[in-house]
Amino acid sequence: MTKRFKRRQFIKILGAGTGGAVLGTTALKAFQPGEKTDNFHLLGKATDAATPTYCEICFWKCAGWVHKKDGKPWKITGNPDDPNSNGRFCPRGTGGIGAYTDPDRLKTPLIRVEKNGKQVFREATWEEAFDYIADKMKMIKKKWGPECVALFTHGSGGSYFKTLLKAYGSNNIAAPSYAQCRGPREEAYLLTYGEGVGSPERTDIRNSKCIVLIGSHIGENMHNGQVQEFSEAVANGATVITVDPRFSTAASKSKYWLPIKPATDLALLLAWINVIIEEELYDKEYVKKYTYGFDELKKAVKHNTPEWAYPITTIKPHIIRETAREMARHAPATIVHPGRHVTWYGDDTQRVRAGAILNALLGSWGRRGGFYAQAKAHVKKYPVPKFPKPKKNWKDAFPNQFPLANLALSSGICDATIPTAERDCSFKGWIVYGTNLMLTLPQPQQTLEAIQNLELLVAIDIMPAEITGYADVVLPECTYLERYDDLRISPGRFPTVALRAPAFEPKYNTKPAWWMAKELANRLGLEKYFPWKNIEEYLDYRLKSIGSSLKEMKEIGVKKLENEEDLYYLDGEEYEFNTPTGKIELYSTALAEYGFDPIPRYTAHEEPPDGYYRLLYGRAPMHSFSRTTNNPLLTDVKSENEVWINPKVAREWGIKQGDYVVLENQDGVRSNRIRAKVTQRIRHDAIYMVHGFGRSDKRLRRSYLRGADDTHLITRVKLDPVMGGTGMRVNFVTFRKEGEA
Amino acid sequence: MSRYAMAIDTKRCVGCTDCVVACQTENDVPVGYCRDWIVEATSGVYPELQLEIRSERCNHCSDAPCVRCCPTSASHYAEGGIVMVDHDDCIGCKACIASCPYDARYVHPEGYVDKCTFCIHRVKEGENPACVSVCPTHAMIFGDLDDKNSEISKVLQTRKHKTLIPEAGTKPNVFYLL
Ligand code: SF4
Ligand code: SF4
Repeated sequence: MTKRFKRRQFIKILGAGTGGAVLGTTALKAFQPGEKTDNFHLLGKATDAATPTYCEICFWKCAGWVHKKDGKPWKITGNPDDPNSNGRFCPRGTGGIGAYTDPDRLKTPLIRVEKNGKQVFREATWEEAFDYIADKMKMIKKKWGPECVALFTHGSGGSYFKTLLKAYGSNNIAAPSYAQCRGPREEAYLLTYGEGVGSPERTDIRNSKCIVLIGSHIGENMHNGQVQEFSEAVANGATVITVDPRFSTAASKSKYWLPIKPATDLALLLAWINVIIEEELYDKEYVKKYTYGFDELKKAVKHNTPEWAYPITTIKPHIIRETAREMARHAPATIVHPGRHVTWYGDDTQRVRAGAILNALLGSWGRRGGFYAQAKAHVKKYPVPKFPKPKKNWKDAFPNQFPLANLALSSGICDATIPTAERDCSFKGWIVYGTNLMLTLPQPQQTLEAIQNLELLVAIDIMPAEITGYADVVLPECTYLERYDDLRISPGRFPTVALRAPAFEPKYNTKPAWWMAKELANRLGLEKYFPWKNIEEYLDYRLKSIGSSLKEMKEIGVKKLENEEDLYYLDGEEYEFNTPTGKIELYSTALAEYGFDPIPRYTAHEEPPDGYYRLLYGRAPMHSFSRTTNNPLLTDVKSENEVWINPKVAREWGIKQGDYVVLENQDGVRSNRIRAKVTQRIRHDAIYMVHGFGRSDKRLRRSYLRGADDTHLITRVKLDPVMGGTGMRVNFVTFRKEGEA
Repeated sequence: MSRYAMAIDTKRCVGCTDCVVACQTENDVPVGYCRDWIVEATSGVYPELQLEIRSERCNHCSDAPCVRCCPTSASHYAEGGIVMVDHDDCIGCKACIASCPYDARYVHPEGYVDKCTFCIHRVKEGENPACVSVCPTHAMIFGDLDDKNSEISKVLQTRKHKTLIPEAGTKPNVFYLL
């Protein structure tokens, strides 16, 4: 049973099974659906009362209510007491019922076996699946040490697997949201202000008079509360300045759209800093009182004039000046938005830092209409014994690299799974919770190679996904509508706590993550780290510490707590920042210490060769990555992505509106076919598509081969030397006709 | 008397389609069909571009061709001028579909013609239609035009607005704020 597969073949989920029906016998009888047990709360009654939840379709985690009609699932609405949603869900959250009803869901545990020389999944009982995993984990621990197992996680249930992994002896816990998304932003703000931006962001957009977006396509990325505030600000007449090679939805609501040449944003930011300093438009008192390194900054950007930036960015000098003045006019209620997905070109920490510096010059950090101070509830943890201390971690594989990475790099763990002569230990086991690594990590060819070196690959998910096809064991989780999870403790203008309770019984043979982790802990002799009897007891214990209870939370869903801190800095007060100098560091002493540019400096990036275009990607408001592209309600509003092509380019290639084209990147890698959207809304040197489409698993009946997958074309990255982020907008594509050799 | 109407703010709307999804779940609209939809209209030439995003649906016209042409009176005016289709009386002849300049109707898999009802079941309870109450950007206002103090009456007095295909002469009751 613990045999190792030499080469993992991709298995289509249920390929060995029997279609939709669940045949796997459940050995753990106590958890048969319909039975009320100690461990598992099932809603027996056909009640039409609403159940509180918080949404799991994206990381914004809006709190709401799940409604039934005649005992049947009906709709989800926002909870008006919730500051993340203000009672209004986004389309993905509204369509959350589709995650529950999706007939293509994972239905029962699966184990990879060899049958007549072919690898297939066989349906398994939970007991068999857990035994398989526990045996392998024990073997890895014995042979290589527990640190050789890593966890990749994205989503609420991941917290139980984090506990499991730490108890087992590894702290190699990575979220792709760091190195593939917002890591550079968090580090840049940490370096500058001694604090990160957080999630949801501490942006006071609601009160902003001037909003500067650099590639942030708010409204297409549907980060709910933020989109709401953006629209409110627009309606109130805020000046929006959007820097984007594409005429995004946000650009269409902007006073200024700056269609910048891709990969040159840092030059524009430096030119803005130059204007603000040279024309003495900065907040002198704020800069004097709170910042460090102004003179060095002034000197460093002396040559970064608008005239210098013009040929680089293609943005005219008078526009650069005008927009800089506009920012200063509304300061401090001007926000240079820090962005969210910022892993673009490999110098991302530096680029985001330039924005952070600009905010400091405008005095908007800690000011109304800029950035507010976040408040977060203090909820007691359920006491568990101390975790063992790991002897090594992923960083050992990268001596002297990425010194300022504060969190584990998913991409780093992936790379360190591929053995090399210098490494004493490579990763041997991956537990992958709720993240489709094949579409999440760039360079999928590398991910595949890493996978081939594993002794154990466990995937926990709701839907079949590219990653589940490579797993040894697939554990089907029930959707967020069918389970309890840990409390949502989001930062915000005031502290809140939200509850997720099961609205429906788990469909099929699916289970919640907390239960899986607890069962696995039992098998690994780690039960003392899961000392609670059941999840209700666990939640109730935590809730008591804020003067609430599970009972109360089931009635209110969201608990608002008092904010004890001020939202903004008080005039005339002294503040100490959590940086080496105690000031806002325009000049970063930490970066200087590690030999990086203490003040951001522009360097040119490689440009697309003739006939090639820079591959840009982004979001659509009705989808969350590949997580939703099979949701029946959401595919109904968008079932495939298109490639945006400037009409001039389309003419050159003879591409007409709606044609299917194939994209080929600089390394000869081709995409699935994708429809052309010929539009003035994009520059001539880039193309754009929404991420998450072009799925390759046949069992995803609504999304299989619909559109193209951008990750597949991201075979190159540029690493951020500061913290290891993977810059992904460094790939170039050209057009091929379908079927063309 | 009341005259129900909707004003949709093209400045606020981001085209997220939440109104579409909320309508589908609220009204059990089958997968593959919709009662409301989003139109994105781009004009201009790079880099001088404009984009108008509209959430569209039945206009509940005061002079509705569908009501006029329906042979069985299944299409009719309900309270507040809401244009409704009586599913039992509908024979599925599709005359109304042909007559609607806005393409607002579809044939439900069960054989009758279906379309936006302004969520009359909610309006009767004093609630907003589902799309209005879900819209994250507060882009939609629903209300009674006969009440001069209603939010919608006021906004139509102060903001520039338009209706779709006014030349069809149908007197639409869905307004777009510009
Ligand atoms: S923003 Fe949308 S998808 Fe994300 S949590 Fe909120 S409702 Fe759910
Ligand atoms: S829900 Fe609101 S913002 Fe979204 S498309 Fe509809 S009208 Fe526009």
